[in-house]
This record gives sequence, structure tokens and C-alpha cells, in this order.
Amino acid sequence: MNRNLMGVFVHEEEILEVTRACRERGYEIVDVYAPYPVHGLDRAMGLRPSRIPWICFALGVTGAAAMLWFQIWASAVDWPANIGGKPLNSLPAFVPVTFETAVLMAGIGTILVLALRSRLFPWVKPKLAHPKVTDDHFVLAICQTDADLHPSMAEQLLREHGAIEVHEDTGGGMV
Amino acid sequence: MSDISAVLRAPLVDGDKRPADVTEDVCRPLEGRPTGLWWVGIALSSSLLALGVVAVTYMLRTGIGTWGLNRTVGWGFDITNFVFWIGIGHAGTLISAVLFLFRQRWRTAVNRSAEAMTIFAVMCAGLFPLIHMGRPWLAFWVFPYPNSRGPLWINFRSALCWDVFAVSTYFLISLGFWYVGMVPDLATLRDRTRSKLKKRLFAWFSLGWDGSTRTWLRYETVYLLLAGLATPLVFSVHTIVSFDFATSIIPGWHTTIFPPYFVAGAIFSGLAMVLTLMLVARKVMRLESYITERHVGAMCKLIIGMGGVVATAYSTEFFIAWYSGNEYERFAFMNRALGPFAWAYWTMVLCNVLTPQFFWFKKIRSNMLVVFVLSLFINVGMWFERFVIIVTSLHRDFLPSSWRGYVPTNIEIATLLGSFGLFFTCFLLFCRFLPVISMGEIKGVLSYGRSHRGGEA
Repeated sequence: MNRNLMGVFVHEEEILEVTRACRERGYEIVDVYAPYPVHGLDRAMGLRPSRIPWICFALGVTGAAAMLWFQIWASAVDWPANIGGKPLNSLPAFVPVTFETAVLMAGIGTILVLALRSRLFPWVKPKLAHPKVTDDHFVLAICQTDADLHPSMAEQLLREHGAIEVHEDTGGGMV
Repeated sequence: MSDISAVLRAPLVDGDKRPADVTEDVCRPLEGRPTGLWWVGIALSSSLLALGVVAVTYMLRTGIGTWGLNRTVGWGFDITNFVFWIGIGHAGTLISAVLFLFRQRWRTAVNRSAEAMTIFAVMCAGLFPLIHMGRPWLAFWVFPYPNSRGPLWINFRSALCWDVFAVSTYFLISLGFWYVGMVPDLATLRDRTRSKLKKRLFAWFSLGWDGSTRTWLRYETVYLLLAGLATPLVFSVHTIVSFDFATSIIPGWHTTIFPPYFVAGAIFSGLAMVLTLMLVARKVMRLESYITERHVGAMCKLIIGMGGVVATAYSTEFFIAWYSGNEYERFAFMNRALGPFAWAYWTMVLCNVLTPQFFWFKKIRSNMLVVFVLSLFINVGMWFERFVIIVTSLHRDFLPSSWRGYVPTNIEIATLLGSFGLFFTCFLLFCRFLPVISMGEIKGVLSYGRSHRGGEA
């Protein structure tokens, strides 16, 4: 069973420094919980940039291609109608709807991908690292299964960096 | 670098706030009883909404004949209101998406309410083409769906079809952008509220948000992507709205300047509406230290800029009408300035070209009451701009025997008032039940907790 050591902080700069320090010592950082996006924290944790932009691009291209094909098919193949003597495949006139569909697909699709990837669903019951983590507290969670981690030393490190509270989380399910 | 700019720049939030103060200041008004001013506002706006509902119900039961339209003037109040409301929405996206891409951090205090404004404005806008159809229960015919008539598809070459796609995409993307931006704040409310019902609702809508940095990283990526998508979208939407006119052969409509002209006008009118609402929200919800004079000043300066673009468009239109040598075009413009609707034209010029010039003076920019009144003038002026474009171009067409006037009926006026009722009712409810300021973003721009920090901004 995993046991996590949780350090609670109240200042942004402390959480940045302690995260860097833990990484340097080789502790496994489970996650850092913050009330707002702290810039530089992703780098301190060693997280790689998200790949969602590629998915967004692919969705946009798919949406555009599908809608362009559909417009040409509907106007020139399935039911060719002479409208004001315009060519059946009036490509320039199909641009606005193609663009709008690309944006719609890319935008809504990206939101859904975020929900799937980060498991953000209405029925999810969050397990808060600290009751004030959505207010003004920061929590650093390090994993205790790591052989190098000596609990008292780790706690000392957290305290040195200004942790107002250090506790063990035995609930599991966080990882 | 960030240290230097932090010293040189005035703080974005007044009063040396801590993150906990932000939570408290934004959430407290949602938990206590509403202010008296709020009750007055909601009573007024919901009565207007009720009036609008009565007018629309009467119109739907009786028919479009209850409006003042005739065979020459086929578009009147309905389409004027549609274009007006769509335009209002645009500034919301400008503030939330375009200023985000330009890293204008002052937007954090106003972006949430501006986005809400966009959504409510697009709702009002969408209503008008819907009731203009006369048989709104057949509205689904505007979408291409497999039907038993062939299937007979819609005409993708029509600007009105483009409009359907543009406006519905705009609504959905704005709604998504607004909601995604609000999820972390809903989690804050969830963890704060004592009411059982509210807790359940916030828990449902905050999607199990726990503040994990991994989630924040993805979340910020998605937010940036949505801003990047919404920016070209907002320009495309009003461009397409202007195509409704520009692709026709009516003198006064058939011009290539329309897309940029409409986009500029939309942003201009929207900024004025954001300013109006900002000033209301900061008073009603007591948010003076977040929506500061600096924000109001920045908005005023944007208005001067956009007002300049709009004024240039007005004069360019006139010049080209003369320069083209086309007598119909010339007539249409002389008729605008000197014909039976000259009063509307000059109201428009006065409100849209003259009013913004007052904002050059710092004294005026820092007087909230004067700014409020001036912003109302611009709102009025921009409504008249759409009225002038639509009605004066139509009412005297190629054949003098078919020239007609246009007078809106009471039903049309009540419908317009009703749309304002809908807009303000939604906005006041939003102010009451949801955080009007993006807490997650504003906490990130406070100077608390990062006094000695170097490195990146």
C-alpha cells in the first residue's frame, strides 16, 4: 500500500523551492495541489508539456475536412440544385461553414479530451489534500514507497522550507 | 525581469490582498443576502423580460403582421437587434481571449463577467432570427439533417446558412470557454459553502477538481488553445454577419468594407457594454478593489481606439460611395444623411464618433458616473448604427413607387425591451450565484507570497 507524506504550505515561493529540493534529493513527487496555477511548478516537478495541442489540431483538421466533403457531396452529388446559376461545387462559398466546423470540433473536442485525460467528471468525488487547497494552501505529496525516503528526514526537509503541517496520507487512491 | 516589472507597474489589485482575502471577497457576496440594489435591478429586469415574453407570445399567435415591416422594409427591428446583440457579445471574447493571448494581465478582474455577458448577449441575439422565422417550431430546418424530403439539404451557398453555423459555434465555444474557466472557482465554492443543496450542485459542476498541478498544466494548455480558437472565431462571426448584407445587391449593403467595419463596430459596442456592466457589478457586488479605476481607464482607452476605427469606416463608406460614381450608391448615402431617417444617422454619428473623444481626458476617465453615462451613449449609438444600415438602405429602393417608411410597432419595442430584460436578468442571476471574478486567475497576479522570487514571470 502506498503511503504519501503531505506537506502543507501557505506561500507560493515555498512550494516552488520545496518541490525543487525534493526533486533534487530524488524523492518521488506524487503531485502538488495548488489553489491557482503556479508558474514554474510544472518545471520544478519535471512535468513535460501536454500533448493536447496536437489532439486539438487533429480534431480541427478532421472537422474541416469532414464538413468540406459533406458540403460538396450534399450540394453537387446527392442533390445537385442550380442556385442562381452558381457552380454546383461552389468551393469559396463553402469556406465559412468549413471554418466554423473546424473551430467547433477543435474547441469542444479539446474540452472533452481535458475531461477524459484529467478525469474531470461530475460524479467524481475529489479527495482533497487539505480542506483549504482550493482557497490558499499548497500541498506537496511525496510517495513513501521509495526506498530512499527516510520519513523523518523528509519531514525535516519539508519543515525547513516552511511547511505549516506535515502528515501522512494512508488513504491510498491518490496515485 | 519580473521583479523589475513588479516594481514599475502599479498593482493589479488594490489593498494588498492575500489569496484568502480574494476567496473571501468574491464568495462572501454569494453567501449572504443580496443587496437592495440587486433586488431593484432584478425586479426591473425581470419585469422587462415578462413584457418581452408577452409581446413575443402575442406575435407568435397572431403573426409577423404585428410588426411594422412592409414589402419594402423586410428587415427592421428584428435584424437590428440581432446584429446589435451579436456585436455586444464580441467584446467579451475580445477581453477573455484576445487580451489573454496578448498577456494583458489586467483582464483577470473583468474576464469572467465579460464572458458571461457574451453568452447572454448571444442568447438574446439568437432569439431574434428565431422569432423572425414566424414559425420557430420549425427552426431545426436551418440545420442539415437527414429528412424525408429527399433528403433535401440546406443551401450552403447562402450567407444566412453561414450565419447559423457561425452563431451556434460562437455560442457553444463561448459557453465552453466560460465554463472551463469557472471549474476551479466552482471547486472553491464547493469547499466553502455550508448549504447542502449548493454543495451538491457545486460538487457536480466542479467535476471533482482537486487542484492537482498535473491537471492545472493540462487545464492551462486547454485554456490557451480555446483562447487561440476563440480569437479567429470572433472575427469570423461578425464577418459572416456582415456577409448577410454584403453579399446582397442593395446599395448601402453591397460593399467590401463591411466585414472589418462590422467587426470594429461589434468590439466597440461590446466594450461599451462591458464598461456599463463592470461599473454596475463593482457597485452592486462591492468589488471596487478588484475592478479598479485602472481597469475602467484601460477600457476607456480601448474605446477611443475602436471609436477611431468606426469613425474611419463611416467616412470611408461615404467617400467610396462618391468615388465609385455609382448613382444608386451615392443616393443611398445622401439619403442616410439627409433623408427621412437623418435623425437616426446623426444620433449614430454623435454617439459613436463624438462620445469616445471625451475619454481622452483623465479627469473624465476617473469619474465613474460620467464614464457610465458615456458608455450608455455608445450603446445607444451602436444600436442606431445597425438600424441606419438596415432600414435606411431598404426603405428607398430602386423604384420610387415602392418607397415606404418604417415605424416600429409597440410589439417590436416591447420585444427589444424584453431582450434587455433577458440580458440583465441573466447577468444579475450570474452575479448572485456564480463568482464574478476569476479567483484562480486573480490569485496568480497578487504580489503576496512571491517577494523574493526571481526567474520567470
